[in-house]
Amino acid sequence: MVRMTRIDKNPRSGANAVEVRGLVKHYGSTKALDGVDLDVREGTVLGVLGPNGAGKTTLVRCLSTLIVPDAGHATVAGYDVVKQPRQLRRTIGLTGQYASVDEKLSGWENLYMIGRLLDLPRKTARARADELLERFSLTEAARKAAMDYSGGMRRRLDLAASMIGSPAVLYLDEPTTGLDPRTRNEVWDEVQRMVAEGATVLLTTQYMEEAEQLANELTVIDKGKIIARGGVDELKAKVGGRTLQLRPSDPAQLAAMAQAIREAGLDGVAGAQAVPDEGLLYVPILSDEQLTSVIGLLGTRGFPLAHVATALPSLDEVFLAITGEKSASATDTIPEEVAA
Amino acid sequence: MSTATLTPTSTPTGSGRAKPVHDEGRIGLRNNLRHIGALVRRNLLQIKKDPESMFDALLMPIIFTLLFVYVFGGSVGGSMGGGRQEYLNYLIPGLMAMMGMNIAMAVGSGVNDDFRKGVMDRFRTMPIARSSVLIAKIVVELGRMMVATLILLAMGFALGMELQESVLGLLGAIALSAAFGAAIMWIFILLGLTMKTAQAVQGMGMLVLMPLQFGSSIFAPTKTMPGWLQTFTDYNPLSNLADAARALMMGGPLAHSVLVTLGWTVVITAVMAPLAVSKFRKKS
Repeated sequence: MVRMTRIDKNPRSGANAVEVRGLVKHYGSTKALDGVDLDVREGTVLGVLGPNGAGKTTLVRCLSTLIVPDAGHATVAGYDVVKQPRQLRRTIGLTGQYASVDEKLSGWENLYMIGRLLDLPRKTARARADELLERFSLTEAARKAAMDYSGGMRRRLDLAASMIGSPAVLYLDEPTTGLDPRTRNEVWDEVQRMVAEGATVLLTTQYMEEAEQLANELTVIDKGKIIARGGVDELKAKVGGRTLQLRPSDPAQLAAMAQAIREAGLDGVAGAQAVPDEGLLYVPILSDEQLTSVIGLLGTRGFPLAHVATALPSLDEVFLAITGEKSASATDTIPEEVAA
Repeated sequence: MSTATLTPTSTPTGSGRAKPVHDEGRIGLRNNLRHIGALVRRNLLQIKKDPESMFDALLMPIIFTLLFVYVFGGSVGGSMGGGRQEYLNYLIPGLMAMMGMNIAMAVGSGVNDDFRKGVMDRFRTMPIARSSVLIAKIVVELGRMMVATLILLAMGFALGMELQESVLGLLGAIALSAAFGAAIMWIFILLGLTMKTAQAVQGMGMLVLMPLQFGSSIFAPTKTMPGWLQTFTDYNPLSNLADAARALMMGGPLAHSVLVTLGWTVVITAVMAPLAVSKFRKKS
């Protein structure tokens, strides 16, 4: 009875689809989760950002009833992960780092099977399989065994499999880890589409860029603990936003350019660093306006530019800014084109 | 048990969405059967795509029958007071019992294999009874066992086996072997869930099965064996199963061996099935 009165008329009004309080999970003597609290509002994407071994996958496995937490409390769509696992499973979809489809079966056979397991009538299950293959651009590969799919196709099939039951909450556990940049963009497009259609998503990732692309809010996790949370912009501001990279047409002008920027006193532009070895000038910026004014300044001073790029802070820089210490594994997890 | 009383502390947020009618979490029998059906279909499709996985069920009965009948048939049959023919009638019911074990072993490595692939995570995050994944495996293996049994019987009849009892007895022997085989599958499922690799399951299975299979009345009568071994064979459930199948097909004292085999079947299933399902549930 209590439930009925609490039902929210507007699913997008900011109710929490996922609530996690004080979640703890040990593996032997290591604490994979050490008192995690987080909320995911309905219809939003929460990015859980952290290096390898931070506890991201353990969190997702707890929330999808694959493992039982040692302490704490978590609900998904109002269902308790420990006490109501079966009800909870009706509301979730999971796409892991490793494709969770039957490799020997074809894409179509996988989706049909999952439809039948979700109690869809035969005809509906067939139609749903066709529809999702079409949507994820897999129609041509529908009859091929999943083991013959490319990495990106498999991940898309996995996403399709998770979407069959139109889950209220979708977990994406490092959905693009191990994919090449082009395939990663394909997966991002799909996720963005699902979000536009109203899915609630909990996304774990090692990539700042991915978090920025997909997430409304971010939670940074390290060694099983939440170490920062907030909007993507807030976090970026905390870390120092982006870095503007400038390559002058004439490398000899590097120092002069750096000096010009420092002395111009542009609003909020803290400094400029010339790296002659790379022929590049690095300028930390916090907004698009700052970017424009830096470029504008160089234009009016007559410094021709050969190349301009911006880079997000790497996960390592995020950690450095938040904790003051380098994360163990972050350095090798930055995708190249972000770091470059 | 309403969801509200189950979780007094949880805020039922996110309930703007219409929930399915059956959201109490219980899975009805009809749904459960349909889930098992879909999973059986999956296993059959796997076999269809990988026909080599049927080789054991197809070839084992042929090879074992030829090997034993022609290598040991003359001498064992002779000491039984007959010949190769006599031994054939003795061997086939025994082999029926034995092959069930070897096929049951495949369940263990199959479950182990599944677990190291992501697909098991998907099944375990879906609203289906977790036992249905295991039951589907057992159903398919029973099917494989039937195929092997049919080939074995065809081999037996082709070489001149003569049933001494009615067809009903033969069907009884098949049913008993299948029931006992299904019980043994739970042990192998548990083994498959416990051991690290499919190979280890296979190795461990052989280690346990070999002494049980050969230290029994499957291949030869036990009366020439030393006393200590006879004690072992008397208590070996495979001896009972072989004796029961033999009695049902070829005549002889029936009640004891059939009852003991049924007893083993019930006890093994009652103990091992819950253990396996619980292990399956807890495995992360």
